[in-house]
Amino acid sequence: MTDQRSQAEIVRQSLKRRYRKERRFRAYGVIAIAIALGALLTLFTDIIGKGYTGFMKTTITMDVQLDGEMMYLDDPTDERQMKMADFVEPLVQALIKEIPGASEEDRKQVRELINPYASVELRDSLKANPEWLGTTQTLTFLSHTDVDVYVKHAGDDAYSIKLNDQQKAWVDELQERGVIDTSFNDVFFSVGDSRDPSKAGILGAIVGSLLTMFVTLILSFPIGVAAAIYLEEFAPQNKFTDFIEVNINNLAAVPSIIFGLLGLAVFINLFGMPRSVPVVGGLVLTLMTLPTIIISSRAAIKSVPPSIRESAEGIGASKMQVVLHHVLPLAMPGMLTGSIIGMAQALGETAPLLLIGMVAFILDVPDGFFDSATVLPVQVFLWAGSPELAFIERASAAIMVLLTFLISMNALAIWMRKRLERRW
Amino acid sequence: MNTVNTTITSEVGQPEEAVVPISDEKPAETVIEEGKTVGKPFADDPKFKLRDVDVFYGDTRAIKKISLDIARNEVIAFIGPSGCGKSTFLRCLNRMNDSIDICRVKGSLHLDDHDIYDPKRDVVELRARVGMVFQKPNPFPKSIYDNVAYGPRIHGLANRKSDLDEIVENSLRKAGLWEEAKDRLDANATGMSGGQQQRLCIARAIAVSPEVVLMDEPCSALDPIATAKVEELIAELSESYTIVIVTHSMQQAARVSHRTAYFHLGHLVEVNETNKVFTSPEHELTESYITGRFG
Repeated sequence: MTDQRSQAEIVRQSLKRRYRKERRFRAYGVIAIAIALGALLTLFTDIIGKGYTGFMKTTITMDVQLDGEMMYLDDPTDERQMKMADFVEPLVQALIKEIPGASEEDRKQVRELINPYASVELRDSLKANPEWLGTTQTLTFLSHTDVDVYVKHAGDDAYSIKLNDQQKAWVDELQERGVIDTSFNDVFFSVGDSRDPSKAGILGAIVGSLLTMFVTLILSFPIGVAAAIYLEEFAPQNKFTDFIEVNINNLAAVPSIIFGLLGLAVFINLFGMPRSVPVVGGLVLTLMTLPTIIISSRAAIKSVPPSIRESAEGIGASKMQVVLHHVLPLAMPGMLTGSIIGMAQALGETAPLLLIGMVAFILDVPDGFFDSATVLPVQVFLWAGSPELAFIERASAAIMVLLTFLISMNALAIWMRKRLERRW
Repeated sequence: MNTVNTTITSEVGQPEEAVVPISDEKPAETVIEEGKTVGKPFADDPKFKLRDVDVFYGDTRAIKKISLDIARNEVIAFIGPSGCGKSTFLRCLNRMNDSIDICRVKGSLHLDDHDIYDPKRDVVELRARVGMVFQKPNPFPKSIYDNVAYGPRIHGLANRKSDLDEIVENSLRKAGLWEEAKDRLDANATGMSGGQQQRLCIARAIAVSPEVVLMDEPCSALDPIATAKVEELIAELSESYTIVIVTHSMQQAARVSHRTAYFHLGHLVEVNETNKVFTSPEHELTESYITGRFG
């Protein structure tokens, strides 16, 4: 009996120790997650704090008198006249009229408040509506970037305000009266890059990314899955397939810039493909994504229970039928998850694309696979390196757009895995 | 109190009887002569004619020179201790060992005078004639209907939907599953109970109308009620099919089979009519095994 009691005592003591250990272990886990969440939160606060102003634009709304005499224009349908006509003057005059106390002598200072591209916009509007000539129209134009920066960051020392005191007073006054106003930055989502931050957008980069991703997907998914199926189901187990396997695993660890160099040497120099185009970008990213897809697809195929294979073989299904009817449907969720994660990686990739020239300054939205383009992360890279702070907030805004794409792709991967996962 | 006492005595009594003779007789030292099988291993006009079969896993010789005939429409049970090679031998009959790279089969194996291991012979055709039911119920994660219809579909046995429906119904009826499954043919097969799943696997195997059905411990994962149903089914199926069943349960072998083959360490020791094997075994190893002295 004494023996028994002491044994129970020992167990009780060790239990206490075990529970302490467990609690400690759990605490480590909680701390680790707290640190990770904290880092993530800091990152997001910083990016959103810096970048949300990138989603806003500053505009000037005023009554523009479209006087033919002032503009040296009497027929808006005449191409030659339209080219020669003065579209700056009506804007300057309209703004002078909006500012009490401003006179003809201040025209240079007033002109500096209006975006340089506003006159182009006015010309395009008049071209579309020739009947406007001789009338007065209430129109909204982008303000100058300096005004945009002043309106958004008046008290911020990090931003250098380029307006003089006179101009600042005018802007304050105009803002109070609602002539200068901020609204959602639709320009940011509807145009390509520009030298002027107010006119710079990410549509070009988004379209470039989509085109590049499309090329990557249609090449890497079928090739990756086919390679995985062959290696897993059909290839004989010998030195050669071992060698291939080792190489695939090595490729997954190769720095992405090496793939960029390879793309430059092979696709551009050897095959003579054009630079800066989505096709070459897609090819390079395909090389980079393939190992990820092959490895995850092989893991998915391996996880299909052998009993399913055996039962299909037992009925007399051929090797191909076993693979197509049973192994592939069961492995598909895993394969798709791996592919989406590989694609998300490729979407965020910058380095290899710099080497194949996708870093060029491209104004237009690309309209095909062989049209010069840039991609979202490269656009971020370009803007983040710009000395103008107005570009930095747009870089942050672009990062938010990129993160939204990445998060939705990963969410899609998780959803698909949950949805398609089958139990057996 | 009475019941408690009885249980204790019976629990203590049985092992004593079984344990003591082992140390005296030492059956493990019995020498088995290679290729020599006592009893009646051969039959006239057999379905399977198997001569001098050797199976190697790498360098290990798992089956040692076994010769056996399996008659038409008979139920033959393979019994023996774990690792004696009965499952390996069974899997040779429809070349399921092909998928194991290191496995080699030697000897002559014929199904109705056709060489099973003829390299020119298509394994798909063989498996359509020799169906198989596995130890663990392994339905496809598809509907009940699709499970049964899969074989006929891939072999092109039914051209019209109505033909296929008929095959599915007949197979499920033969497997005694029709009444339970007819209202939920579209339900996923993995949602059925273990016993139902195993009968579904049998239905799936007989849907391609094979000549032989191989069963590898079909009841080892089932409860006694499901086991009884499967055994009943085997008895019914034996009217139209040749059935080879591997089992660890000697009662099961005694209940369902016409002949019983006893395997020991890769040798086929004894084959005879089931009642003879269990009442008057000719070989001492068989006797030791069926009386529960080892295995």
